[in-house]
Amino acid sequence: MKVPMSWLRRYLETAADAEAIAAALTRLGLEVEGISNPAEALRPFTIARVLTAAPHPQADRLQVLAVDTGAGEAVQVVCGAPNARAGLVGVFAPPGTHVPGSDLTLKVAAIRGVESRGMMCSARELGLGEDHEGIIALPEDAPVGVPYARWAGFDDPVIEVAVTPNRQDCMGIFGIARDLAAAGLGTLRTPQVPALEARFPCPVRVAIADADGCPAFFARALCGVRNGPSPRWLKDLLEKAGLRPVSALVDVTNYFAIGLGRPLHVYDIAKLEGGLVARRARAGETLHALNGRTYTLDETMCVIADEVAVHDIGGIMGGMASGVSEATTDVLVEAAWFNPARIGATGRALGITSDARARFERGVDPAFVGPGLEMAVAMMRALCGGEVSEAVHVGQPPALDRVIAFDPATTRRLSGLDVPAAEQRALLERLGFAVGDDWAVGVPSWRRDVEGPADLVEEVVRLVGLDRLASVPLPRAAGVARPVATPGQLLERRVRRALAARGLAEAVTWSFIAEAEAEAFGGGAHRLVNPLSAELAVMRPSLLPGLASAAARNMARGERSVRLFELGRRYLAEGERVTAGLLLAGEAAPRHWKTGKARAFDAFDAKAAVLAALAAAGAPVERLSVRQPGPAWYHPGRSAELLLGKAVLGVFGELHPARCGDLGAVAAAEVFLDVVPASRGKRTAFQPSALMPVRRDFAFLVPATLAAETLLRAVEAADRVLIAEVELFDRFTGPGVPEGQVSLAVGVTLQPRAKTLAEADLAQVSAAIEAAAAKVGAVLRG
Amino acid sequence: MSEDADALRARFLAELDRAETAEAVEAVRVAALGKSGAVTALLKSLGGLAPDERIRVAPVFQALRDALANAVEQKKGVLAAAALEARLAAERLDMSLPVPPEPLGSIHPISRVMDELAEIFADLGFAVAEGPEIEDDWHNFTALNIPPEHPARAMHDTFYIGGDGAGRVLRTHTSPVQIRTMTGGRPPIRIIAPGRVYRSDSDATHTPMFHQVEGLVIDRDTHMGQLRWTLETFVKAFFGVDDVVLRLRPSFFPFTEPSVEVDVGCSWEGGRLQIGGSGSWLEILGAGMVHPKVIANCGLDPAAWQGFAFGCGIDRLAMLKYGMTDLRAFFDADLRWLRHHGFGALDVPTLSGGIGA
Repeated sequence: MKVPMSWLRRYLETAADAEAIAAALTRLGLEVEGISNPAEALRPFTIARVLTAAPHPQADRLQVLAVDTGAGEAVQVVCGAPNARAGLVGVFAPPGTHVPGSDLTLKVAAIRGVESRGMMCSARELGLGEDHEGIIALPEDAPVGVPYARWAGFDDPVIEVAVTPNRQDCMGIFGIARDLAAAGLGTLRTPQVPALEARFPCPVRVAIADADGCPAFFARALCGVRNGPSPRWLKDLLEKAGLRPVSALVDVTNYFAIGLGRPLHVYDIAKLEGGLVARRARAGETLHALNGRTYTLDETMCVIADEVAVHDIGGIMGGMASGVSEATTDVLVEAAWFNPARIGATGRALGITSDARARFERGVDPAFVGPGLEMAVAMMRALCGGEVSEAVHVGQPPALDRVIAFDPATTRRLSGLDVPAAEQRALLERLGFAVGDDWAVGVPSWRRDVEGPADLVEEVVRLVGLDRLASVPLPRAAGVARPVATPGQLLERRVRRALAARGLAEAVTWSFIAEAEAEAFGGGAHRLVNPLSAELAVMRPSLLPGLASAAARNMARGERSVRLFELGRRYLAEGERVTAGLLLAGEAAPRHWKTGKARAFDAFDAKAAVLAALAAAGAPVERLSVRQPGPAWYHPGRSAELLLGKAVLGVFGELHPARCGDLGAVAAAEVFLDVVPASRGKRTAFQPSALMPVRRDFAFLVPATLAAETLLRAVEAADRVLIAEVELFDRFTGPGVPEGQVSLAVGVTLQPRAKTLAEADLAQVSAAIEAAAAKVGAVLRG
Repeated sequence: MSEDADALRARFLAELDRAETAEAVEAVRVAALGKSGAVTALLKSLGGLAPDERIRVAPVFQALRDALANAVEQKKGVLAAAALEARLAAERLDMSLPVPPEPLGSIHPISRVMDELAEIFADLGFAVAEGPEIEDDWHNFTALNIPPEHPARAMHDTFYIGGDGAGRVLRTHTSPVQIRTMTGGRPPIRIIAPGRVYRSDSDATHTPMFHQVEGLVIDRDTHMGQLRWTLETFVKAFFGVDDVVLRLRPSFFPFTEPSVEVDVGCSWEGGRLQIGGSGSWLEILGAGMVHPKVIANCGLDPAAWQGFAFGCGIDRLAMLKYGMTDLRAFFDADLRWLRHHGFGALDVPTLSGGIGA
């Protein structure tokens, strides 16, 4: 809300300047968004009198003036204005002045051989209008030497205030003045309510059919008006506050809305058909509103209508048809009270923001409906003439009879601030609260936001000033701080750092993706009703679509190798699941003198990353099994799930080419962190064997369809005591290996514990390994 | 006989001196000390000597044997060293050749800042709490004293989730975690709740998804002075600046009363933000005493329990501390940006190592 200082001063007697007022507003919780003063640019322009005007010796159209600027010696100015003459009082700019209307800076210059030390200005040169016929001519008695803007009343800073949604009372400048006065910045001037002499009954019948939407509809008619432009002072105030003056009757309604937070509406009685009623709109009814747009209404909305048509979206915007014009002679002035919730809903549904809505939505003072009407009608009559009808009061605004039992000790308990009870009482009373001897605090009608003791504490605290609030340490537990991270949080941290340590960059991508992307990766379970775009419409069932899009963007920027991961949630029908997703695209290794050609990523890169992540998470990776293939969005032959028992801890593989566009071979994986069992973290005793380990190699022929893991598990199980490690070190097909078979070479490490292994022991273990392998279809190569 | 020994010594030493290969040295050794070597023969001859004579010459022969054996070993060593030197010289490589590149991973600034927050607040006794991002209407709004007609519930701010079980939204703030913490446990409570939040907003400074951190302290007599201290302590630690001045301005949030907005004093020397001093003010967070209705909505007695809550944008904290200028880049996964603004895997914020940049 724009608050011109001159308007504020109508309600607040104060010596404070705009800066002091702004600082106080900030302390009070009325956020100052800025201070502007149109006079700033006109600061150097002063009032000056032309003493003499002589013809220029070299130019017919120019004159040489001697100007009294009030600074002593007369200044010589060359001037081309036809109205320049001795005795004229005008506006002078000295050299060095920036002239806003022509955007140039004055210099001492010789004009046709005669020195000119400044300029007498036109209105256009000051940026104050288009008048460039001549220089500004002021009244004879305008004070020479005084800054022109101050004298002309332009020097009026405007403070832009952002009023929080709870402060209904500060939606009028008067309410802001009341806060400032309470904070000690001046004396509040409360406008008087005039006594109106009614000459006749109200000629328009007024009724309420929607008492929920419009509990009160007060009105008076003013007949025989002459509606024309407002006086200069009113136009100036409205313009400074950012409003466009329209006509005196309309300007008065705006003056009350902005000045006193009391929106009003005026109807041209000649354009009404019968009486007015506040009722629910009928579905499909339309109104051509004052902003030039036509709105289609429904039965949730409260409107003011006559017997034929809707004339006002109650409390939001009036209609064009019954609006006042210069030809208007008889008007009905409406002061109503509309249901704030209904106003908000209607305003949002229709997408209308207006000064009236902003006020009714917060709730206007229910005790000021009648007085506001009286004051406005009186002002209209003063400006436009006419005779006043009797007042019609239909319904009653819901009164705010709120009394809060308050203990002044609550202020210290909640805020930590020590404010003596007497001071608290005085502060609250200055804000209009009625404080009883027993500390029963009556809430003023304009503060429906104040509901309980905590609100009163806030009132006291903001008037006292939060700068008085001292810092008090929170009590601290003895000793060093205890660890507070949960196992899940620790797990996430470890996985994040493990993946980053492996060379992957952590990304954060949108939680919502396009429907088609979700469909390609398992299907979305949660759809946004009101997405920003089709690309951000479905909660992701997988982290991979987001990472794949990110990889594509990076490749398009020329990246040759993309390694990305993200820790975030998947949003499934059964709930939100914390997941680590990773995606590898482009080159796994670049071409290099040492390693040769570039290598593309494959499924085993993803598998290695997943195992590293799971190991970091504390999962027993040695006990995981592989189940091929993975979900449909992976390569059917190059993907798998990683299981611990029956639980799927992760999925990895190459992405299905149909699901990842032009990215080429893409390896990806997801680790389901919420399924990873909590690491026991128990340390076992260190028991190294004193005996040398023994290594033996075995080469087996196995069916090509046999999973290598099956053979390795079988070999491990051949002797649980002696066999410490089994590694697959070669896999071969080709000459010497029958069709449909593959040669797998396995290295076995035997760790004796009690005694050195004899040949017989070794033979026994070897036989057991061969037998175990044979059971899964593996034959020892001869 | 000892004259023979001297002659043999001189001869074999000379031959050893001339030997240039391991094979030549070995030939000298065999000729002198081998089974049929000359020195071996001398030693064998001792058996045939008279005892007096044997006692006299035996040490001479043995000394000859030892001297020659030593000389052979020494010569072998010299030759081996020369051979090794020659081999190594032949093995020279260009050490300026570049090594294969190793990929450098990074931690996203948001994760980094969340870790910093957890570290700072852990020291103050705060745990990290979590909650769902798809929330119900009650936790996101009603319990937080946001009435049904409140503009925040309007379509233009909140993302609604369709399907059955209507009334679900993407949480618009982390405040519902307050509710879940208070309804799920007993005070005293000290938590922070970082996480993703969503608003239907997208322009140069807003993204439809961003990150917030919520703080909540509930106890018997927790008050605003302690709120101020907590925030000051946090801001000092987070920005690594001792000269931190906070300005609390009264404000309005439905879920706190009294409510404040908190500005931090800063300066803009050379267009670069410096936290500290009180030359300019930068709004960094909103806070207040938890509204009695909110406490009551969680099943606690507001006459017995009170406390404060605060909330601020994590992305914004990251931008202020680490100098990013475009919020949208946080969610673009541009590797150039991630490499530039990300943090190393081993760069873990700790109180002993420092939280600051």
